[in-house]
Amino acid sequence: MYPSRFKYESPKTIEAAVALLDAGKGDAKILAGGQSLVPMLKLRFAFPDQIVDINNIPGLDYHRFDADGSLHIGALCRHEDLEHSAEIAQRQPTIAAAAPLVADPIVRTRGTFVGSVCHADPQGDWAATMIALGGHLVVQGPKGKRTIDMKDFVLGPYANALNYNEIAIEAVIPAPKGVARGGYLKLERRVGDFATASVAVALDMDGNRVLRAGIALAGVGGKTIDANEEASALVGHDLTESIIDTVAAAVAAKAEPRTDHRGSSDYKRQIVKTFVKRILVAQIAEKVA
Amino acid sequence: MSLDEIKIGGLGASRRRVEDNRFIRGKGNYVDDIVLPGMLHMEILRSPVAHARIKSIDTSAAWDMPGVRLVLTGEMMAARNLAWMPTLSYDTAAVLATDKVRFQGQEVCAVIADDPYIAKDACAKIVVDYEILPPIVNPVQAAAEDAIQIRDDKAGQVGNKVFDWEIGDKARTDKAFEDADLVSKVEMHYPRTHPSPIECCGSIADFDRATGKLTFYVTSQAPHIVRAAVALVAELPEQQIRVVSPDIGGGFGNKVPVYPGYVISILASILTEKPVKWIEDKTGNLISTGFGRDVYLKGEMALRKDGKILGVRMNTISDHGAFFADAQPSKFKIGLMHSAFACYDIPTAHMFATGYYTNKAPGGVAYRCSFRVTEAMFFQERMVHAAADDLGMDQAEFRRVNFVKDDDFPHRTAFGFLTDSGQYEKCLNVGMEAIGYKDFAKEQEEARKRGKLLGIGISTMTEPLGAGNSREYDILGIKMFDSAELRVHMTGKAILRTGAKTQGQGHETTWAQIVAHELGIPAEDIVVEEGDTDTAPFGMGTYASRSTPVAGAAVSMAARKVRAKARKIAAHLLEVSEEDIEWELGRFYVRSNSDRGVTIQECAMAAYSNMPDGMEPGLENTAYYDPPNLTWPFAAYFCKVEIDPETGVWDVLQFVAVDDCGVRINPMIVEGQIMGGLTEAYAMANMQYQTYDEEGNCIGANYMDFLLPTAWETPGFELYEVVTPCPHHPIGAKGVGECATVAGPAAFVNAVVNALSHKGVRNIDMPLMPNRVYEALTTGKDVYGMPPVRSGN
Repeated sequence: MYPSRFKYESPKTIEAAVALLDAGKGDAKILAGGQSLVPMLKLRFAFPDQIVDINNIPGLDYHRFDADGSLHIGALCRHEDLEHSAEIAQRQPTIAAAAPLVADPIVRTRGTFVGSVCHADPQGDWAATMIALGGHLVVQGPKGKRTIDMKDFVLGPYANALNYNEIAIEAVIPAPKGVARGGYLKLERRVGDFATASVAVALDMDGNRVLRAGIALAGVGGKTIDANEEASALVGHDLTESIIDTVAAAVAAKAEPRTDHRGSSDYKRQIVKTFVKRILVAQIAEKVA
Repeated sequence: MSLDEIKIGGLGASRRRVEDNRFIRGKGNYVDDIVLPGMLHMEILRSPVAHARIKSIDTSAAWDMPGVRLVLTGEMMAARNLAWMPTLSYDTAAVLATDKVRFQGQEVCAVIADDPYIAKDACAKIVVDYEILPPIVNPVQAAAEDAIQIRDDKAGQVGNKVFDWEIGDKARTDKAFEDADLVSKVEMHYPRTHPSPIECCGSIADFDRATGKLTFYVTSQAPHIVRAAVALVAELPEQQIRVVSPDIGGGFGNKVPVYPGYVISILASILTEKPVKWIEDKTGNLISTGFGRDVYLKGEMALRKDGKILGVRMNTISDHGAFFADAQPSKFKIGLMHSAFACYDIPTAHMFATGYYTNKAPGGVAYRCSFRVTEAMFFQERMVHAAADDLGMDQAEFRRVNFVKDDDFPHRTAFGFLTDSGQYEKCLNVGMEAIGYKDFAKEQEEARKRGKLLGIGISTMTEPLGAGNSREYDILGIKMFDSAELRVHMTGKAILRTGAKTQGQGHETTWAQIVAHELGIPAEDIVVEEGDTDTAPFGMGTYASRSTPVAGAAVSMAARKVRAKARKIAAHLLEVSEEDIEWELGRFYVRSNSDRGVTIQECAMAAYSNMPDGMEPGLENTAYYDPPNLTWPFAAYFCKVEIDPETGVWDVLQFVAVDDCGVRINPMIVEGQIMGGLTEAYAMANMQYQTYDEEGNCIGANYMDFLLPTAWETPGFELYEVVTPCPHHPIGAKGVGECATVAGPAAFVNAVVNALSHKGVRNIDMPLMPNRVYEALTTGKDVYGMPPVRSGN
């Protein structure tokens, strides 16, 4: 790999990292897992002046459920930490379903959840998952911390709402109202392929009744597709095949897929519809039991 | 008491690969691992566009960068008569572009600098002014009357046609079609793919002005061919050229040709008087080096009602890219495509082949096959599948009816090959039993009632492996024999060198096993060396599954020559006449008293210390082997799939591979070869292809677009063995390296098509990506061509 020349710093605190970003005036990039940045450096699609490696900042490699039931994921939590977490498997089914489908096992040992969300790849798994879950990010800049709702975070392909001198230090998923249910399905041609289509579904349920519903899509638009509005038609209802069909069709209509060598736009909509149905049908109370 | 051959690592021993001792420790020595004092680094600037006239090239900013030693352009190459070079198919290929660029990724300039970072930075500073010309991305466009001419550099070139070529008996075949009860017709495309070895191509040229010697380290499957090419192209004296192929990280046919980067690095070393290293990156490898396939077929089969094939017609149109650079024997324009239908007893056949230039990368290498045999067998088995369906006949039964029978060898095929051995029906039966063939039709019927789509596919074939014989097979006039040189040291240990070149096949392990078999010297006492033209005997290298059939045979013959001399030494030591000596593995003994004997090791010591009067000292010999025929392995593959009707995703439920490659030297390595080949077959059937958009941009320029399957999605394979020894090979072995890649794809495709046959689907062109299968299953129509540019139909 022969990237363009860049300066490299490895600060020990978030404050020092923020200062480097601030000094870089937009020409500095954060290196966390590096699983998107490093290939882009290799291909010289990215040529930052300054790399700010945050891997030596202590205390960011956590994920934990707080007493109120909210889930907190630190900036250096790797995909595989979530994939192998017994707590996640038990309490957060959408993330548990998505984690083993992120890229490939090699990428998952190194890549980070928060980094993937920030990368805002239209085909990224975690941005879609976070939108479906109604999560937010805690970010830190020169003037301190603020939070950004996921619905406002992804602005376009590879574009997010962070200022150039801010670091996303934590992702937060609010506590479920009832029981957290949901799933994640992805069609890919091969492990590690960009998704032809991905569907994230997150439900809060009381028995078979839906208390909250979120759906987001990856790979079927110029950015992550937020279909939470379509999903909200489920709220207050029991999960039945007929309401599922209606919602699946509405979500598929919300997708904005492009015809390319992975398939026609109609085909990708068909995949979205099928996956939404499959995930939701699997949550119908008697099927769960 | 004779030695236990398995214990000494002889024939049939699944001996662990000795080369793995260094590979699994990360101690392999690849071209990029070699560092020479004062070495410079070369980077190639490639064309971003498919077809354009070069108006000007400004290299001044690159020259101005600190650390840049040399910037080469086509004009500078032309001044030394090196702007063009010959290809392996008697065409010319540009080394650095002078007049036009003819494909995306073509070599335009080269920068030689102190390190690879500087070389890459400097490439970015070169300004090339292109006048864009319309690109031609498929043979239909190439054949159009008003098509722009790609090869306007060639005097006498008409349009974009490369060749017309035909073989077979046209009149007799026409008659067979007149007499037919039914004619089955198919049209299909075998998409362009790429061998894609994990290690890309590269070289280090080290020209020493003081001695006049060029040492050239290169990723070549055929180092002796490289030496010949360098001698002829660069006009250097052959004795002053040493070509070394160190460890090679996979070849699959991609590392047979001579590439521009090799030639440029040699000139750069001569001009700078420093060693110059060129290491290609993955995109460079995928977009500019030898691809495989890209052939369209119109096939017709004349059939009798009872299932007998009366005749076959094959019309192929092949896309060769910008230069006709197929690596193939010079007699044949479309490789051994006419090996199709070799396992079937067919009275007559005719083939007409046309090749075209396009604005795509040149190549047409044999990606893990013998010169287009993969296409031949894929087309054959897809035609057979369609014909059985058209007749309403069972797939297995149709094949059984038309197979050449065990007693009918030698058999002259309809296209003129001579097959010599096989037990086709036995292989078929073993496979049918293993996959539960007789119960499948019922299983499929019941599954369809439940909305499930099950399918089964068969692919059976024999293929010609191990070119030559030299009567028919040569590359650029050099006959396709091979060689081995065996030197037994005084302590009975030995060194063996051959003209082949291992790239993962395990020669260091298996050649020693052949020597162990012939001489009784334990395999662990024999070291095998290949790839250095200063020390190895001349050979044509490793591709086309030719190592075991040709070089492996030479190993046997060299060992037998050594044994003949050892016999004379044994007679001397035992004080009897040579006629009274008998041989058992590892030992000569007196016929009348078997207790009186000498081991091969004792003979070796005597060869250096106590030879008979008048005998030359030493115990070594060389054999050059020209095989009397190709070897003809047989494969019978069965695949069972299930298709998800809502997504088009298909899963392999079971895959059974029955291989008859004659005598197996190392069964474990043979099984590894078959597993690897099936994985590549699965890749081609399922996901792997290279296509081009309307502008001639290569879709498949990196591993995110050009897909290699991982262990995750690759199905399991069940392997079975039938052994029919090759009648002419010294140890009865046949080639095997490529059988699975060749026979595999049709088994997968036939299975998916079978699952959809009740919907009227007869063909889906590879790759069978879910969206294409979904299209077929929802429309009931065939799916042709490759997205996004669909062509040919």
